Amino acid sequence: MSWLQKLLPPKIKRADNSVRKAIPEGLWSKCPACEAVLYRTDLESNLSVCPKCGHHQRLRARARLDMLLDDEGRFEIGAEVIPVDPLKFRDSKRYPDRLVDAAEQTGEADALVVMQGAVKTVPLVVACFEFEFLGGSMGSVVGERFVRGVRTAVEQGMPFVCITATGGARMQEGLFSLMQMAKTTAAITQLARRKLPFISILTDPTMGGVSASFAFMGDVVIGEPGALIGFAGPRVIEQTVREKLPDGFQRSEFLLEKGALDLIVDRREMRDKLAAVITLLMREPHPGG
Amino acid sequence: MKTTFLDFEQPIADLEAKIEELRFVQDDSAVDISEEISRLEVKSLALTKELYGKLTPWQIALVARHPQRPYTLDYVEHVFTDFQELHGDRSFADDHAIVGGLARFNGQSCVVIGHQKGRDTKEKIFRNFGMPRPEGYRKALRLMKLAEKFGVPVFTFVDTPGAYPGIGAEERGQSEAIGHNLFVMAELKVPIVSTVIGEGGSGGALAIAVGDQLLMLQYSTYSVISPEGCASILWKSAERAADAAETMGITAARLKSLGLVDKVVSEPVGGAHRDHRAMAQSLKRALQDALRQLTDLTPAQLVERRFERLMDYGRYKEQAIA
Repeated sequence: MSWLQKLLPPKIKRADNSVRKAIPEGLWSKCPACEAVLYRTDLESNLSVCPKCGHHQRLRARARLDMLLDDEGRFEIGAEVIPVDPLKFRDSKRYPDRLVDAAEQTGEADALVVMQGAVKTVPLVVACFEFEFLGGSMGSVVGERFVRGVRTAVEQGMPFVCITATGGARMQEGLFSLMQMAKTTAAITQLARRKLPFISILTDPTMGGVSASFAFMGDVVIGEPGALIGFAGPRVIEQTVREKLPDGFQRSEFLLEKGALDLIVDRREMRDKLAAVITLLMREPHPGG
Repeated sequence: MKTTFLDFEQPIADLEAKIEELRFVQDDSAVDISEEISRLEVKSLALTKELYGKLTPWQIALVARHPQRPYTLDYVEHVFTDFQELHGDRSFADDHAIVGGLARFNGQSCVVIGHQKGRDTKEKIFRNFGMPRPEGYRKALRLMKLAEKFGVPVFTFVDTPGAYPGIGAEERGQSEAIGHNLFVMAELKVPIVSTVIGEGGSGGALAIAVGDQLLMLQYSTYSVISPEGCASILWKSAERAADAAETMGITAARLKSLGLVDKVVSEPVGGAHRDHRAMAQSLKRALQDALRQLTDLTPAQLVERRFERLMDYGRYKEQAIA
């Protein structure tokens, strides 16, 4: 025992892991950016944005939809579409087993949740990626649910919003997942034809096949602060070019600077901004008069 | 050109070396050994047929990357006439990993676009190993719009390990460039016939391959991620690339059976690199057939048909929601 440890009163000595587990789980949370210890209720009431440093934590799809949409008139689209294993894919694990595990962990059947609803009384369809489900990867189900969401928006004459949080295409569905890039992007053309806005909100992370398909085809492309957004992952780039990546590379602020994003919106202002942008595009009065 | 043999072709290489040796002695030999030579030639051909009849997906991936495999400009030479290469994206640079321009196909005007790899070290670097940057995709887009404006069909040739993962590429919007191509190709009002001639590497391949007909050469591959990339993520080891190639389903035959490819174009015995001219001739016939199926469609029908094709991609099931 060192002199410092001897000096510390027993109560604030670092407890070992078994003791730590005894604390009710999830009461406190540490901000991954500034390491501030936050009371979870405070964090949640702040939409999982650190009140100390403004770091935007990752969100589950349903939590995000819940904070974005008005309470009234929500219903889900495309939940009937569920995954299969077209290639009998197996690595160290079978793909169907991975799907079952992911479903148990997340309570979702796949990585996209689509809802019709309203934001500040402005009706719309929102698709939201669930990053916790196999890294939010895009396979056949994500593609089909996305298309069904777009179709509903077209039929109802509503704008379509997509919130991405994904590592890219789903390897376990091979070329079927690559083709989802073409499928989802083609669907977006139907909105464009009818002059219905497509707003793309890119959150942490938005990479690979999703980034390189519909994500940047938004009429307005919004980034959340600090989100990692890009085509190739930073590690792959570093290995390829064998040099250190610039500070803040592939973050929202970097993309804004390079001209790739229209704007960066703080999550706590997302409802207001989204409603404002949509009503401007649709030549409708500002929501709420 | 002396054929380069891949590791699994060692038995053929040995045989060919023997034939070469005999040919050399034949010149100043008193005995006639031409019979022996032709006997060995028959044997070599049979051996090649046998080996190529049971290639594993990983071996096919190696053939698809063969250093002597015909590249886009080789097909341009043998399949098209009057090629006028057009350069640049009109805003940043000319990307040498994608070539394109105007040409004639059976006398008719068309636009040709394809990834281009290099043969020797110098050209490989010049072509960036066939890995385009955003300006390459933007050049392709510009040429497709040119085709649309003048009502001529587009032929694209896919042969890339993938879009280039570099700092500048990200800064200039690699994602946006690829996505924009997918968006515009979905609605382009002229026929698009795409052929995977070598490596179809992920989004960087798809960015010039959305169209009305998708052809694949017999020993080409098309995949969402390279076998090495897949293996290093899922098995944590690039050594398992052969397993990844097997399970991902990257070969022309497998993708045809999955309904993702319209036609597989047969290659000469021993692969396209053994006979560029023969390969080009059979590709030309396949392109004719593919184009013929599209020529009677009005632009509106064409776009409608393409849209339905795109919407059909994917395998899932539907269940009643409680």
